[in-house]
Formats: sequence, structure tokens, C-alpha cells
Amino acid sequence: MSKILKNSELDVSSANSIVSETLNKCDDGELYLEDSKSEAIVLDDNKIKSSSYNSNLGYGLRAVTGDVVAYSHSSDLTKKSLNESSKNLKSTLSSSNGTYNFEIKKTNKKYYTEQDPIEAKNFKSKIEILNQVNGYVRKKDNSVKQVTATLLGEHKSIEIIRNGGEILTDERPLVRFNLSVMLEKNGRKETAVYGIGGRQNYDAYLKEADWKNVCDEALRIASVNLNSKPAPAGEMQVVLGPGWPAILIHEAVGHGLEGDFNRKKTSAFHNLVGQRVASEGVTIIDDGTLENRRGSLSIDDEGTPTEKTVLIENGILKNFMQDRLNARLMKTKSTGNGRRESYKHVVMPRMRNTIMLNGKHTQEEMIKSVKKGIFAVSFGGGQVDITSGKFVFNCTEAYEILDGKVGSPIKGATLIGDGPSALKEVLMVGNDMMLDPGIGTCGKAGQGVPVGVGQPSLLINKMTVGGTQL
Amino acid sequence: MLEYNNNLGDIVDQCISKAKQSGATDVEVALIKNTSETVSFRNKKLDESDRAENIGLSLTAYINKKRTSVSSSNLNKENLEKLIVRCIDAAKITPDDDFNSLPDKELFFKSSKELDLLDDTHIENSKKIEYLKEAEEVAFKNPEIVNTNGSSFSESKTEVILGNSKGFKNGYKTSNFTAYCEVVSKSNGNMERDYEYTSKRHFENLLKPVELGSNAANFAIRKLKPQKINSGKFTVIFDKRIAKNFLNYFSNAITGSSIYRGTSFLKDKLNKKIFSENINIIDRSDIERGNGSKYFDNEGVQIQNLSLVKNGVLNDYLIDTYYGRKLNLSSNGRSGGTTNLYFENGDRNLKDLMNSNKKIFYITETIGHGTNIVTGDYSVGAAGMMIENGEFAYPVSEVTIAGNLNDMFKRIILANDLQFNYSTNSPSILIEDITVAGK
Repeated sequence: MSKILKNSELDVSSANSIVSETLNKCDDGELYLEDSKSEAIVLDDNKIKSSSYNSNLGYGLRAVTGDVVAYSHSSDLTKKSLNESSKNLKSTLSSSNGTYNFEIKKTNKKYYTEQDPIEAKNFKSKIEILNQVNGYVRKKDNSVKQVTATLLGEHKSIEIIRNGGEILTDERPLVRFNLSVMLEKNGRKETAVYGIGGRQNYDAYLKEADWKNVCDEALRIASVNLNSKPAPAGEMQVVLGPGWPAILIHEAVGHGLEGDFNRKKTSAFHNLVGQRVASEGVTIIDDGTLENRRGSLSIDDEGTPTEKTVLIENGILKNFMQDRLNARLMKTKSTGNGRRESYKHVVMPRMRNTIMLNGKHTQEEMIKSVKKGIFAVSFGGGQVDITSGKFVFNCTEAYEILDGKVGSPIKGATLIGDGPSALKEVLMVGNDMMLDPGIGTCGKAGQGVPVGVGQPSLLINKMTVGGTQL
Repeated sequence: MLEYNNNLGDIVDQCISKAKQSGATDVEVALIKNTSETVSFRNKKLDESDRAENIGLSLTAYINKKRTSVSSSNLNKENLEKLIVRCIDAAKITPDDDFNSLPDKELFFKSSKELDLLDDTHIENSKKIEYLKEAEEVAFKNPEIVNTNGSSFSESKTEVILGNSKGFKNGYKTSNFTAYCEVVSKSNGNMERDYEYTSKRHFENLLKPVELGSNAANFAIRKLKPQKINSGKFTVIFDKRIAKNFLNYFSNAITGSSIYRGTSFLKDKLNKKIFSENINIIDRSDIERGNGSKYFDNEGVQIQNLSLVKNGVLNDYLIDTYYGRKLNLSSNGRSGGTTNLYFENGDRNLKDLMNSNKKIFYITETIGHGTNIVTGDYSVGAAGMMIENGEFAYPVSEVTIAGNLNDMFKRIILANDLQFNYSTNSPSILIEDITVAGK
């Protein structure tokens, strides 16, 4: 049964026969259907600045033979258009002589509700909450000069029609509440951003205590930064706070452990399975099965059930993250990491919720042990060069540490390190693991997908801090 | 009169009248249709092919001073009507904003010279593959090049149609041809990657495959065996490829929105000197075949050519209708941002700049998003080459550079090697006395 095709002029049996005719001599492939709705309501400068609603429908037909992928996608869900796509794929892969792999794991497990969060809460009450947020933030601190509050909601229905007629489906809700504030005091301006979200209805994140907590946190970070002094420059010890700073893990090792870069041998990690890539005590997993989390998926975008994949165990590299194509070529199984931004995009191995597990140290111990270094609590984004392994991330809340004590806040600075060696420099792993608040989006090859991260506090022996003070 | 598809134009008209019937006082509809074919090539053979046909319609409805938008890729009549009703229902309960309105009629696009933005050539996939094969073969002639991250060739045709209830309706077609080659070099245990990229409106203006492949290879090879340098103050040259980032920071800081909201380090700098005396920044929409050229902006407004910075002085902001009304300025056609933005050439050649100091850090890439437009604070990861006595001495990586844009802008010295490769273009830039954090 296809819900998406029910409302289109393309019928299931035509779709099935086009799929099977296209994929007959291929190793793998599918017809991916997507029906998605999204909304964005933005309050800015004391007004509802914009509200938009988007409804998208489209398909992507993919054929895979050996290591070659042919893809054709369109927003025109008709038999005519699908036939055009099929023709295009067949001409690209005219010499293909593969055997279709019908095998795909099944699951009944769902890690989130099927409800459409946009419809579950009426428009008027969303506007009311944004107005309350604006009022609360401006009243709480008179140095507030600008407030931008955003509600983002999404519901995506996907269907994967495989050769042979099997249909795999998933219904994915996603919401996010974001707040950005600008404070001005004594001629100095600072901004801060904070948010929460995940795969649930809005109400799960927008109880008064929840949104107030987001406001308080954004205000706190911005006020800290109003008193920040220029950051130091050079190599030093770094203590990372728990939670969102785990984008260090995402950038430093996560991307380098995605199957495609390793199959192509362009990752700095490609020949390191079974070897030590991190200090003892460092265990990192990529988990798609955490309930209601932003990076979770019941099935990935190829239909494979997600799982908890151990990437690094006690410092030793165990597994890469795989989609079906890279798994087949590397003679292993898909780990349910095959993802795509939308029907307009081809599948690749992507992270879900990437998490470092608890160690035994306290954050206090870490800070006490540092003579000169920084304590980084909150981050903006990060980026990595997979091939050389160099990665960066930007502090948005950080303090200097002098003789085991946390000192003045410092201005936002970029930290740079080397992926394959950074985790070998981990001196202590904390016992205070926290997941991020549900705001991460990861970009790769022009595709953005929602992800999560988590970690306990960490003490890293040596990283380069990109401040201005020599 | 520009040319566009009448059937699509009819859909725009139908949506405008449906929205008016449903209670909108004003309506704007944009329809964008894109078809593209991309081929990726890797290690001597086809890696991926991608054919795309996308259409997207967005509609903004006004009920007096209330405004909401909807958009969809599903042009089914029933679906569009449902969406329009939904949009009007939402508009009714959206609070008023006095500054919401369509542009003034007299600002709409009237005429332009022919910009030659469409090349109708269709490059067959086999020809695209041939192009990429040649590029990779050239790259692999170098023994240091051991792998490829893939090369791709993309051909894309786009049609834009915009209409509104004040009687504006127009559209035009553009094309884009893009080729990209990224290769991996190796020496002992060290791997480095780099790329070359070419993107043009017309196929014949693309870099030749030989240049694409050999540039990518040379860039990747010169990065091998990098050193991490000691922290210190350095004279820095930004390669053209990344020097243009400074224009992006600049343009982000002078949008109507960041100026009005006060979230810009260039607020209150109009008519003040923000660069040195001889620096000029132009934004021109009518360069023939220009990557950033267009006939009208996202609201249908005629785009003025702007001298944003003249002799170092900030002359203008980037204004759309909404922020124009808030700032009491008239839109200069920048809903949708800059067009072809560039620094005019400086008067020194690059060689001359490379000799201006015994030791210069020549930066070929930056990594990370460490630019704060509100404060101007700047801190990013960097890699490149150390120049000693005017010659490339050794590659450098895993360092950062930091400063404040207010101060860095004033000290920018431009070379005279401007080329129009992208929509935003800069000659090489030299800045003295930049903090580099390394060992």
C-alpha cells in the first residue's frame, strides 16, 4: 500500500513495473517517494517577521551497479516523468549485468510519533508563544537590543519501493525552537543563540519551563560574552564541557569514519581498523535508535533499520558507518547510516546521534589539573578536511583556566586540531555524559541532515586555540 | 521584453487571481523551474549520474499589512488552491506589520541590455565524461597524485517567472555549466586534497579540462608535508580563491536587515572610511554572461549598479523593499543579495606583494565559520604556504588566523590580478600584522 501514490496519477503497479524493469540487471536501487510539509514562523524585532508553509512532493529513482550510481529525480510524480527517469538510468547503465540484492532487514520498531507536528498545534498558539518569548526576554534584561525567535516544524513521509514490490515506509516529525539575542552594554554588543528540538510535537519542547530555559541560557551566554576578553593564541590544554561540544567528536572522527571516504581510501582513517585511534577509555557510538532524538531514524533512507553502531571501543577503531553501496563494496553490512536530505539527493553514509560514552573523571578534576588552558562550554559550528584530518570548531562560550581555576570569559575563537591524533590526546573522560539539546544539522556534499551529538566533559592535552593574544 | 514559458506564466496568473478571490489585498508569485544533469567521474570511470527536474512555486499573500507565504513543488491545481486557502487563513491571524508591502510600482524592472545569460547548448553525458576523463588523466600524470575524491560536470538550465498583483510579470532563462575536480596527493603517510572549479553561464567559457586537472593536481601537491609554524604575527596574503570571502563578510554586514537591526559591525559607518583610500567595491548586475548577473531582483525591482565603497568610504547599503521602508530608503534591487560583487584592482602586482616582506604566510584555504558579523571578530583555521624572500618555501597547516574585521579592512592592500571567475571576485589581498596561532 502506498499512501503517497494514492493521491497521484501514478499507480502502484505501473511504478512497480517501471522499477523492476529499470533495476532488473542492477545490483541495487529503489524508487524513493517523499511527501514533506514544513513551516517556519519567525519573530524578529518585536514583530512576526515571516511565516511560511512548504509542501513538497517528489521522487528519486536510483540504480546501482558495481560502484556506479545512476539517479534521476523530479517533482513531477507521473508515469510519464518516471518513464523518462527510467530511460535515463538505463542509458547510463546500458552495459550493467548485476544481480539485484533483494535482502533487506525489517523492523516494526518506531522511535518517534507519526503525528504531523504542524497540524498538532494551531497556528495562533504558535504565534502567541513567540510573542511571550519576546516579552519574557526583553523584560528579563534591559540590555537586550534584539530578539529573534523561530519555530520550525516538519513532517516527512517517505516510501521506498524496491524491486519486487516491497514497500518500506517511515513518518518523521521534526521540530525546533531557536532563540537568538543581541545584548548591548557600554557600547559593546554580543549575541548568543540557543535552541531545543527533536522528533516530537511542539508541545514536548514548548512548556513554559522549557522555553524559559532556552531564553535564560541564551541570555546567560550573551551576558558572559559582554565581559569577555581577547582569547589566547597557541597550543594549550582544553577542557570541553558535556553535551553540544561533542561536535568535536562529529568533526574530528565522525566524518572520517563514514564508509564512502574509507571505501575510496580518501579518509585519514581508512587503514586504521583494529588500531588505536583514541586514548584508552574513549568509546564512541553512532546511535539511530534513541527515542525522539533529532538524529534518530526508525529506518534509514534506503529502508535499513537503524542501530547502535560502535565506532571506537576503548580507543580501538571498530567499525565504519555504512550505507548499502559502500557496505557491499567493503564486504560488510549496512549499519543503517544511508541518508539523504530529500528526494533531490542521492544517498550517502551519514551520522545519526554520535556519542562518546562516560568515563570516570569529574569536570572538577580536569579543571584542577590544568595549569594554563581554556574551558570551552558552548560551540557554534565545526568543519573538517577528511583527507588531511584537520578539523576546526568555534567556541561561543569559553573561559581561561589558570593554575587549576576557571578565570575570565574569552572571546569566541576557532580551535584547530588533527582528527586521527586529537583523540589520542584525551587525558580524562568525564562521568557527566549529556546529549545536545537537539539543534544540529550536518552538511556534506551540499546535503544537510539533522543529527545529534553527546559527550561527557573531556580534557584534551593539546589543541591550537585561535585567539589574538600571543 | 524578456522571454519565458507562457504556460508557466499562466500558472502565476491563476495563483494571483485565486489568492485575490480568497481575500488577499496583494499577492506575489515566483515560479522557478530547473533542469540539470550532473555526471561524476572517479578513477577512470563513471561514478554517479544525476538528472534533476524541479519546479517550485512560492506565493506571498498580503491582507493589508499582514503577510504570509507558502511554497510547493506540487503544481497540481487542487494542491495549489488548497495551499492558497491555507495561506490566506494564516495571514488573517498574523499580526500587522506596517512595513509589509509590495515594492512601489515605479521601481519595477523596465528594461535592460541583453545579458546573454542563456547558453542553450546541451552537452551529452558522454561528452561530459570525456571532459572529466581528460581532466583526471592530466592530474594523474603526476606521481604524487594517488587518488581522487571525484570530478563532476553539471549542466543546469533555470527559468524564473515573477508576477504580482500590481501588474508586474516577467521572467527569463539562465544556464550554468560547472566542472569540478578534486584529487588526493600522498607522500609518506601524509595525504592532502585540493580542487579546481570552473562555473560559467556559457559552455565555451569554461576552463579547459587540461587546466582543471593540472591546477587541481598542483594545488594538492604543493600542500604535501606541511609544517605547523610557531605562533606569531605575520604578513599574510590571501589567495584570490579565498580573498573573496572578505567581500561576503562585507556584504552580509551592509544588508538592510543587519543595519536596521543593529547586528552589524558596519552599523553607523555610512559615509565613513572603512577601507584605505584607494579601495573601491562595486556591485554590478549587468555584466554580460556574468555569474551573478540578473535582470531584476526577487521582488521584480530594477537593479541599480552600486559603488558600495568609493575611495575607502562606505557609500551605500543593500536594500530591499521591507528594510528600505524601515530605514526610509528606497530599494536598490537587492532582495536576494548582491549580484556581481568585486573589489576594483589595486595597483601592485602579486609578485611585488610577495616580496614586500622577508617572510609571508600565503593562505590558500580557510576552514570554519569563525566570523562574527555583529562584532567583526574573526578567527578561522588556515592552511597555505610560507613565502621566504619572495619564493614559496614550505606548506603550512593546522594553524589559525584571527583579528577584527574593522581593523583588518582598513589594512587591506589589493593586488591587480582580479578575474571574474565567480559571482563575487577579489584580487589577491595582503594584510600585515595578523595573529597566527600554531605551535
